[in-house]
Amino acid sequence: MIDLINVTKTYETGTHALNGIDMHIDDGEFVFLVGQSGSGKSTIIKLLTAELKPTSGSILVNGYKLESIRRSSVPYMRRTLGVIFQDFRLIENKTVYENVAFAMRVIGASNKEIKKRVPYVLELVGLENKGRRLPNELSGGEQQRVAIARALINNPTMIIADEPTGNLDPARSFEIMLLLEKINALGTTVMVVTHEKGLVDRFTKRVVAIDEGRVISDGMDGYYNYEA
Amino acid sequence: MKHNNFGYLLGEGFRAVFKHGFMSFAAICITVACLVIINSFSLICYNLNLTVDDVQKEMRIVVCIDENYTEAESKSVGSDINLLDNVENARFISREEALENFIGDSDASLFDGLNAQSMRDQFEITLVDNAKVEETKAELEKVVGVADVYADIEVGNALATIRTVLYIASIAIAAVLLVVSLIIISNTIRLAMMDRREEIAIMKMVGATNSFIRFPFFVEGFILGVFGAVLSFFIEWGLYEVIRKAILNTGLEVMKIVPFTEMLIPMAVICAVAGLFIGIFGSLMSIRRFLKV
Repeated sequence: MIDLINVTKTYETGTHALNGIDMHIDDGEFVFLVGQSGSGKSTIIKLLTAELKPTSGSILVNGYKLESIRRSSVPYMRRTLGVIFQDFRLIENKTVYENVAFAMRVIGASNKEIKKRVPYVLELVGLENKGRRLPNELSGGEQQRVAIARALINNPTMIIADEPTGNLDPARSFEIMLLLEKINALGTTVMVVTHEKGLVDRFTKRVVAIDEGRVISDGMDGYYNYEA
Repeated sequence: MKHNNFGYLLGEGFRAVFKHGFMSFAAICITVACLVIINSFSLICYNLNLTVDDVQKEMRIVVCIDENYTEAESKSVGSDINLLDNVENARFISREEALENFIGDSDASLFDGLNAQSMRDQFEITLVDNAKVEETKAELEKVVGVADVYADIEVGNALATIRTVLYIASIAIAAVLLVVSLIIISNTIRLAMMDRREEIAIMKMVGATNSFIRFPFFVEGFILGVFGAVLSFFIEWGLYEVIRKAILNTGLEVMKIVPFTEMLIPMAVICAVAGLFIGIFGSLMSIRRFLKV
């Protein structure tokens, strides 16, 4: 569950990125977060992953109060999240299997657990036969599936996808969105940050639009009715 | 860090050493060079110290008793001399013995006109602490019956000064070289971290703790330090023995030079401690700023 209450963020340069954001996302929801470049989307993600601290306001993520979280608790908070990026962020010299297993190693999983869980998740994202490939031997859509598998591997409560289809063609983008919808149907909360109107409109989900660091619309039957 | 990760992280550290082969090689070479220089100074200091000790052990103060004193009276002065704190032993030398010492191995006919009465009773004094020779000499001069006191203060002081200077120089050079080694190892690890900063960012994003991220770099620094220490130890051993034998062969043994085997354990300890310190501390120095994500 995510709760942002009157959150502001002003960078050291003086830029006001967020100007009093209120947003609540329940467990199991699927939410699109839309907005222009510079509207504050990336800042929200950085706040939710505790890369930044808010200037004021309160942020609750899966039980962690991020405005006052201790540095030593940040890794444990992050384990409740799965983050997916536009540029996939895979480790180039590790195979698909190793990239996914790597996230389990980080939390101290045993080899037995890794051998059991990784094939299951690779199958879930449709990459059961690509485990031995290196990332550069895969298409963009497949690389994003690896990133999704990595985000899912530790069974997070929530997936945050930052422009997950930004580097993909429309067909692959749609596949990735279907996969995220499938993951959501299995009980994981999903938040997708995007500015692709066509994609948002094909899925009737909740859409939160932000502009100049404020929520300007929040619709449950989701259409991208915001001019990007 | 959980125990499940230990083998994995250890392996990652080992792999990193070979993955950044050239930089690892450079870091080891620099560490070896610095340690060899540090060790060389330590060895020079050690040997010089032994030489100074030997010279100081042989240092004697000669006290001449008033020539008007009889032998019995002279001997009684010895009791007062022995009361002084820094006097370890005061051996009485009669006028006859003093004459014999004076003539020594020379042709006795050259000293025909000289007899024992020309000499004075003496005491040959060994000291508890040779560094206090000057103060002791002054105290001896105050003892009733003592006519003259002879001590080679200049030689003793010069040796002590040389030893002090060499100690300070060694410590200063060792400190500078340690810092140089630390910076180089730190830069090597930093390059490895720059190479892997994307990976580190991903690790942080999926919830890796700082200790999990730090451990492979710690292992890498440890391995570089161990390699540096072991290599420098054996290179030092070889160099030292070659130089020692060369000096012995010339027959000009200006100072005491003990075989390396007499110093194996201390030298191994110095190499191990310095190598590990350089390796581990160097790696930890470079990691900090990469963990602030």
